[in-house]
Amino acid sequence: MPYIPHDGLETAVMLAAVGVDSLDQLFDEIPPALQVHDMVLPEGLSEMALQRELEERALSNAPLRCFTGGGAYAHHIPAIVWEITGRGEFYSAYTPYQPEASQGTLQVIYEYQGFITRLTGLEVSNASLYDGASGLAEACLMALRIQGGDKSILVPENLLPGWRRVLDSVLGLQNIRLVSVPYDRATGTLILPAEAGDAAALIIPQSNALGLLESVDALTDWAHAHGLLAIAVVNPLALAMLKAPGDWGTEGADIAVGEGQPLGIPLSGGGPYFGFLACRKAHVRQLPGRLVAKTVDGQGREGFCLTLQAREQHIRRGKATSNICTNQGLMVTAATIHMATLGGHGLQRTAVLCHERAVRLRELLTVVPGVSLPYGGPFFHEFVLRLPHAAVAVRDALLGHGLLAGLPLSDWRMGEAGDLLVCTTELLEEADLLAYRDALTAVLETL
Amino acid sequence: MSDSIFDHDHHFPAVELPSDIPAELLRKAPLNLPNPAELEVLRHYTRLSQKNFSIDTQFYPLGSCTMKYNPRIAHTMASLPGFARLHPDTPAPAMQGLLQVLWELQEWLAAATGMAAVSLTPAAGAQGELAGVAMIRAYHAARGDHGRRKMLIPTAAHGTNPASAQMAGFEVVEIPNLADGDLDMAFLDQHLGPDVAGIMLTNPSTLGVFERRIADIAARVHGAGGLLYYDGANLNAILGRVQPGQMGFDVMHLNLHKTFATPHGGGGPGAGAVALQERLRPFLPLPMVTRAEEGALRWLDEGDLPQSIGRLSAHGGNIGVLLRAHAYIRRLGRAGVGRVSAYAALNANYLLRELQRVGYQAAFPERRASHEFILSVSDLQKATGIRALDVAKRLLDFGIHAPTIYFPQLVPECLLIEPTETESKATLDRFVAVMAQIRQEALEQPERLREAPHHLPVGRLDEALAARRLDVAAAAQ
Repeated sequence: MPYIPHDGLETAVMLAAVGVDSLDQLFDEIPPALQVHDMVLPEGLSEMALQRELEERALSNAPLRCFTGGGAYAHHIPAIVWEITGRGEFYSAYTPYQPEASQGTLQVIYEYQGFITRLTGLEVSNASLYDGASGLAEACLMALRIQGGDKSILVPENLLPGWRRVLDSVLGLQNIRLVSVPYDRATGTLILPAEAGDAAALIIPQSNALGLLESVDALTDWAHAHGLLAIAVVNPLALAMLKAPGDWGTEGADIAVGEGQPLGIPLSGGGPYFGFLACRKAHVRQLPGRLVAKTVDGQGREGFCLTLQAREQHIRRGKATSNICTNQGLMVTAATIHMATLGGHGLQRTAVLCHERAVRLRELLTVVPGVSLPYGGPFFHEFVLRLPHAAVAVRDALLGHGLLAGLPLSDWRMGEAGDLLVCTTELLEEADLLAYRDALTAVLETL
Repeated sequence: MSDSIFDHDHHFPAVELPSDIPAELLRKAPLNLPNPAELEVLRHYTRLSQKNFSIDTQFYPLGSCTMKYNPRIAHTMASLPGFARLHPDTPAPAMQGLLQVLWELQEWLAAATGMAAVSLTPAAGAQGELAGVAMIRAYHAARGDHGRRKMLIPTAAHGTNPASAQMAGFEVVEIPNLADGDLDMAFLDQHLGPDVAGIMLTNPSTLGVFERRIADIAARVHGAGGLLYYDGANLNAILGRVQPGQMGFDVMHLNLHKTFATPHGGGGPGAGAVALQERLRPFLPLPMVTRAEEGALRWLDEGDLPQSIGRLSAHGGNIGVLLRAHAYIRRLGRAGVGRVSAYAALNANYLLRELQRVGYQAAFPERRASHEFILSVSDLQKATGIRALDVAKRLLDFGIHAPTIYFPQLVPECLLIEPTETESKATLDRFVAVMAQIRQEALEQPERLREAPHHLPVGRLDEALAARRLDVAAAAQ
């Protein structure tokens, strides 16, 4: 019996100890009419047969060179990251509610919080949330609690559309209005909103869905001048290079949130990833999710434990800051080891490489006939390419060249039909960039 | 003094930042992160891992958490490059292998729960709950039934239930349980009415016993126009034997990290798939996988399901976790899935009898245990002042993880114990022997318990100091 260790004799001895004749009798309090003994499930497989079946499935997903971002990024993950993360002591541990038996996980989270606070330039980071988009929904709810009485959030139209949909789903349940902030169609960047209305916060994406860098200082200062909180939405790898949210404008952003996937998390078709969320210490009691603090035991030995748990659902129930129960523990473990392995220097070098590759690819593609660049502003590692054909058709044709060439903006109902959002990371070397140019040239000639 | 990664630093020359990005957008202060050597990183985190309890190293009789063995093959399969390197925006024709896995998992979970449809997208149990109650809200709204603002929830429910209902805009009404563990039907009748959207229940309940009148409860709630939500936290107790769909539930979530053996990972990632009856199908959260007429698989989106409650994360949910759950079900098959609850119940009932034999008191001695049961050490507290917390901490010294304590709150000094089906009789017998020794110590040398644990990297921590000092990030140099 897979994963059930009992032999027939043990089962019989145990049933006798309980005082029943059969396994079925253990369910004698359940009305017989509710009991079923069959389900439409397949027969079980041996481990060998299972492996064979799933390896075939995995191989049937075409291996593609990845030039696509849009919120999920292909990066190199050093071998030690998942070697250590996959150790049973991390992999199969429970939530650290018993701190004496969980010092490993707790110290990892404490160190993670240290990495995130330094990257964001803010004082407190929680232990993570489900993903960047749901993290942003939590950040909005947090801003509304801090501000009290307000009813809306200013949401840029160039926020990743997938994130906007999550805000619609989660915040809509509490009748919170999302007020759109338009962007300049010529530059692709935000226009300062006309008025603040009854908004609690302004969301500021750096970079925005078009890959462009926003004037974060001016946007942050505008938010503060109108009594709003500034919520920074940031790529953690880009923060190795870009200005930390805590330094935006005169006073700094109040909350920083983002998708942690670029820090050592495999793409895995969309998850599991993790959302990070950092804030000022003054707002810590409105922070959703777990938080780890350093303390001492009875003998004065240093140790770590969960803290301010009175904010959370298992204590506060219906009055908690969020219904969230878990963080993304294992992803945070991987991200912490990833950041430690690359170090500050490695993270900066990786960020700069991603940017340089994007600059180089952009330069190579401008000479491809019919291709243009609709936006001229600064960017991190993603840019929009305007093609003379529908971007969907070009993307699909490039699959045949082994390339995942980018994200058609029409998928997001943004830009023009020919707009393709292209991303580069450190994984793509000069030869890959040249291959992209050549394949694109060939495809455009045949379409 | 603990070893910190921030203490390992080697000097590197500054990285030159790009000149084509305006200076005001670039980092003002240098990035103050350590630069350890790879071997230092490896040793540091390997040593930290050794300070953890885990299923792979210890028995975890943690009630309501279903800490069963997480098969390694599932991890190996989810880590295959063909899955791990797949970008979420890969066009469907280039990710059929993954979509096939997800589609099968949707079908299998529907079959296992007796429901019509499944969406795999919720990232955790709590997000599944939010999706489920949001669907209840959408269902009533679509019928123009706007007055249903209340959600009924037993006092003993998991804390996420009221928190999720509140997040979905409902007002929570708590329903008490009776002394025998069943729900207070009179109280239920009093509160059912045109302002009730539904009820959130788990069955077996958090008291470790089966709610025997569930069919009656379902009839009354439905009769009053409400829907029933099933909290799948305790599904391991009935997997393969009783289907929530058949009990009358309309919508539920499954904790794949409990029932379907995906790892807890030190607190996530989980996966909280939702399963539901036909009448809730239009409101399913997106995305989910569908099979087109020509056999190819694709994602369903807003165009297919205009009444959907929407999206809960940027992509398709915790797909790596879903891959593991799929591998587990495929390995077990119909017969194996059917055995889960039988052996989970055998282990729980055996352990209950044996612990009673060595002197512990059951909270519901006249009831059959489900996959878990509750002991109360109120007798020890009266005799020597020893509390459930002390028993739990002393267990750690013997290399056994503490049971869940002080939950459910209505049983004083309680230990909620769930052995799961993957533990052997020998492991259970050792646990009983340790518990017998702890009971003896409690009566003869209670300070031994009060000061426990004695043999772990740290003793009981000063949590008040932690909250007061709030040292939550290593100070920058």
